[in-house]
Amino acid sequence: MFHIYCPHCCEHREEEEFHVKGQAHIARPVDPEALSDEEWGNYLYFRKNPRGLHHELWVHNAGCRKFFNVTRDTVTYEIKEVYKVGEQPSVVSPADKV
Amino acid sequence: MSQKNRLQSGGRINRDQPMSFVYNGKNLQGFEGDTLASALLANGIDVVGRSFKYSRPRGIMAAGAEEPNAIMQLGSTEATQVPNVRATQQELFDGLVSGAVNGWPSVDTDLMSYVGKVGGKIMPPGFYYKTFMFPQNMWETYEKFIRKAAGLGRTSYETDPDLYDKVNQHCDVLVVGAGPAGLAAALTAARSGARVILADEQSEFGGSLLSSKETLDGAPADAWVSSTVDELGANKDVVLLPRSTVNGYHDHNFLTIHERCTDHIADKAPTGKARQRLHRVRAKWVVLATGAHERPLVFGNNDVPGCMVANAVSTYINRYGVVPGNELVLMTTNDGGYQAAFDWHEAGRKVIAIVDTRQSPKGACVAKAMDLGINVITGSAVIDVAGAKRVTGVSVAPISADGDMVTGSVTKLGADTVASSGGWSPVIHLAGHCGSRPVWNEEILGFLAGPTVEKRLTAGAANGEYTTAGAIAQGIEAAKTAIDALGKSAVDVVVPATEAIAQYPAMTLFHVPHVKRTALAPKQFVDYQNDVTAAGIELSCREGFESIEHVKRYTAMGFGTDQGKLGNINGMAITAKALGKTIPETGTTMFRPNYTPVTFGAIVGRDRGELFDPERFTAMHSWHVANGAKFEDVGQWKRPWYFPKAGETMQQSLDRECLATRESVGILDASTLGKIDIQGKDAREFLGRVYTNAWAKLAVGRCRYGLMCGEDGMVFDDGVTACLGDNHFIMTTTTGGAARVYEWLELYHQTEWPELEVYFNTVTDHWATMTISGPNSRKLIAELTDYDVSAENFGYMDWREMTVAGVPARVFRISFTGEMSFEINVQANFGLHVWEKLFEAGEKYNLTPYGTETMHILRAEKGFIIAGQDTDGSVHPYDLGMGWAVSQQKPFSFIGKRGMAREDCVRENRKQLVGLKTTDPNVVLPEGAQGVFDPKAPIPMPMVGHVTSSYWSANLGHSIAMGLVKGGLDRMGEKVYYPLADGRVIEAEICSPVFLDPAGERQNV
Repeated sequence: MFHIYCPHCCEHREEEEFHVKGQAHIARPVDPEALSDEEWGNYLYFRKNPRGLHHELWVHNAGCRKFFNVTRDTVTYEIKEVYKVGEQPSVVSPADKV
Repeated sequence: MSQKNRLQSGGRINRDQPMSFVYNGKNLQGFEGDTLASALLANGIDVVGRSFKYSRPRGIMAAGAEEPNAIMQLGSTEATQVPNVRATQQELFDGLVSGAVNGWPSVDTDLMSYVGKVGGKIMPPGFYYKTFMFPQNMWETYEKFIRKAAGLGRTSYETDPDLYDKVNQHCDVLVVGAGPAGLAAALTAARSGARVILADEQSEFGGSLLSSKETLDGAPADAWVSSTVDELGANKDVVLLPRSTVNGYHDHNFLTIHERCTDHIADKAPTGKARQRLHRVRAKWVVLATGAHERPLVFGNNDVPGCMVANAVSTYINRYGVVPGNELVLMTTNDGGYQAAFDWHEAGRKVIAIVDTRQSPKGACVAKAMDLGINVITGSAVIDVAGAKRVTGVSVAPISADGDMVTGSVTKLGADTVASSGGWSPVIHLAGHCGSRPVWNEEILGFLAGPTVEKRLTAGAANGEYTTAGAIAQGIEAAKTAIDALGKSAVDVVVPATEAIAQYPAMTLFHVPHVKRTALAPKQFVDYQNDVTAAGIELSCREGFESIEHVKRYTAMGFGTDQGKLGNINGMAITAKALGKTIPETGTTMFRPNYTPVTFGAIVGRDRGELFDPERFTAMHSWHVANGAKFEDVGQWKRPWYFPKAGETMQQSLDRECLATRESVGILDASTLGKIDIQGKDAREFLGRVYTNAWAKLAVGRCRYGLMCGEDGMVFDDGVTACLGDNHFIMTTTTGGAARVYEWLELYHQTEWPELEVYFNTVTDHWATMTISGPNSRKLIAELTDYDVSAENFGYMDWREMTVAGVPARVFRISFTGEMSFEINVQANFGLHVWEKLFEAGEKYNLTPYGTETMHILRAEKGFIIAGQDTDGSVHPYDLGMGWAVSQQKPFSFIGKRGMAREDCVRENRKQLVGLKTTDPNVVLPEGAQGVFDPKAPIPMPMVGHVTSSYWSANLGHSIAMGLVKGGLDRMGEKVYYPLADGRVIEAEICSPVFLDPAGERQNV
């Protein structure tokens, strides 16, 4: 069970208080109608499944109800950092830097 | 019965406190301080179980958690039955009732054992897969007999009479294991001011020191143990947990500890006391001082009762004052094994021989054995054991220096006990729970804990350090590392002086050769609990299993309740050899929680019965109970389902409730509907983005129904939202969808549109909601309010603030029944008052309470959908025939708009929601029935959609149903057929889902 630091409450809380909401930094297209079905499908369904660093969206649903981002290693389950929505991660895998 | 194997003195038992217990119906005696295993051995009980597959008699092998054979069923009453208890871990108490879990009809005369005698050829690895899989439909029959023959213990069908607890704990350092390393680590951490938890699975702290004859600082080892434990016990920041097994090591240093609070006192805990407790610990640092398990050697018939692990022999003698036999043959690959022979000799019983597999071992141990006059046979091994229910003798033969083959003639020796030592395996199970793979260490010939990101340290035998002084030093060192990392300053602890004995190098040997090749040799057991033999592992490798994980699954090695604690390393080594690989190349299987079995009681704790899940009640709940409501669970809510009167069937109640509502007036407790208060200058804009329809022009005082879709265009919730003020709305959701919708709104606001000024709050529980519905509903509400509720002043889809029954209320003229309705919302704690006032005034109108079932029927008569019942995540608004609720004019591309424009969403022949009228009006279609267009089509028939809602309508005098049908909206008047499991085929006509009052004249008045 994870021990997660909520960047809004500013303390570690148990995983039971949180929900994971999947991959972070997936922005809703500004003009959905301009997208082809394939492009819309990519936005809607296609997600990374990396071995290693992953940026995830979590919500402190049994706490402050705020959404925030987590950089987590999917091999070790280590949480490398948490950061607020709208901010960028400081821990990124070399593959993502390109 | 006398305790024939009990010594007159010595051990940590209290001979002044005898205890009676029952084993397999026999009354026996032991002493306080015994385990069930030591008491059985004291009484000369040889056979304690039958093996899983071959049903061979098995005796006690070990003295701790690694015991594979002595698995007991405990319990003096039916309600307190506990299966799967290792006798080596169960403390004896007066009145304990135990029995072997397997053996049919009994462990001594077991019919299945014929299978074991005939030999392994008829039950090779994969036997069950190969034999019982075909024909597949017979599996259930086979399984019944296999289970009975296997004997896995049983639980009671009666309610567990005991209490169980759960505790959340936090600490700086959790020390697992209270042997020399663990005690030293805890002492160092405690003296340095850390908050410490020390947990050990045994009744007493001390670990190996409890059965050791070593001295520390010149005094017996237990003097150091008790002074250390005393100091720890006096420290208020130290929690000592004996009888507590750390069973799981989870992510981020979260560990679970299973404490057995009263299992050593009685079957059932004393009144008011918890029997067991599950500690959920978040530790800043963990020190694993879990010790090591001695490996038995793998040789012919090494499972005959009387074959034991060498160290267990010492433990029974030194700790429990029990010598488990008369004549011992000890086989060892290392100096450590000699201790068992010394202890046996000192106890006054005969050591027949020490068989040392090393060619020419030298050193202190060998010299001491010779001084004692013990026959030491070097360069040899015990290759076979004689005896059935007890060892009667052994075959000894010289072996090659590499241990691969027998090199000379066989000598037979008489003996009743064979102890073997193949070296030690560090107990690293916990270290592997988070996914870290163990690493082979050539120096100690064992696996050590692998690298980790957790704040975890290992010390002592768990770390391959087998001397007491070394273990204590490592414990101190580990604690200092943790203390430094915690930013505290570590206090020094002095390692007590011990006598160091020089060790002669050990030999690597896992599998003792036989004169015959393995496949033809007597059975050489690797995993006792699952009857896995060396021959079986070699066969698996020949059959093509190359990965240790596959070999494990094919042979079932390590799958027992002991998780292969004794056998796994031997098995991996034999696998490696058979595959021509090294042990590191072959690797280990994964360790998973739990380390030893945990009762369901401890996992469940107090979360059972009415504490299993929170129950939510509306403000009118007591009235519903008093009026005989039957309840339905909707999420956590208890909702009235229907209100039966005396002698009524459920259908009669529903008919009465439905008719009363449409003829006069009915009342529903609708408090459970989700309510979300939405405020802010952009609230209206936000609603337009999350609902499919238009919200820009909704005036204050008006309500509107809305459909909510996902980005894929599929409906996921619906409800009515009312405009309370220009910047203020209240949204209702389905009862079950409230939390999901609220999170959905927050998600879009926080992550996509933070620039919108809008605030959400859940107010579901703030309001009590009651809906009066029916032609007399206006007359009824008019009696309780001064407000003008006429159609002219208060029309359909309006809401008004008014006083009802003397209480401020929001009243909404919305209808889920199709009748004229008033939904009265009052502050929750006024709910019951208003509800009762309505009944006082409503008596003359035959005001009838109805529940969720009548609500479902009434709405289905009108073709109103229930999100989640008539939709399933694959249905968009047009599929529901609700295109009217989608606005294509809105400037913002609302959620779902792009999704429902996808190619697949606009194609022909999608499943669409339609009404279904059965040809026989009396037949009610089963919900979930699959429809076909041609009931004579060959099987498998093409299925065209399922029935989503189906009821008997008393108002219409016939059954009604809704369902999804391919292209249904274009098939009005056509027939669809529902073949049922009972052979009937029900014919129905596709029709409009609005069965009653299509023009809406009843509600809009």
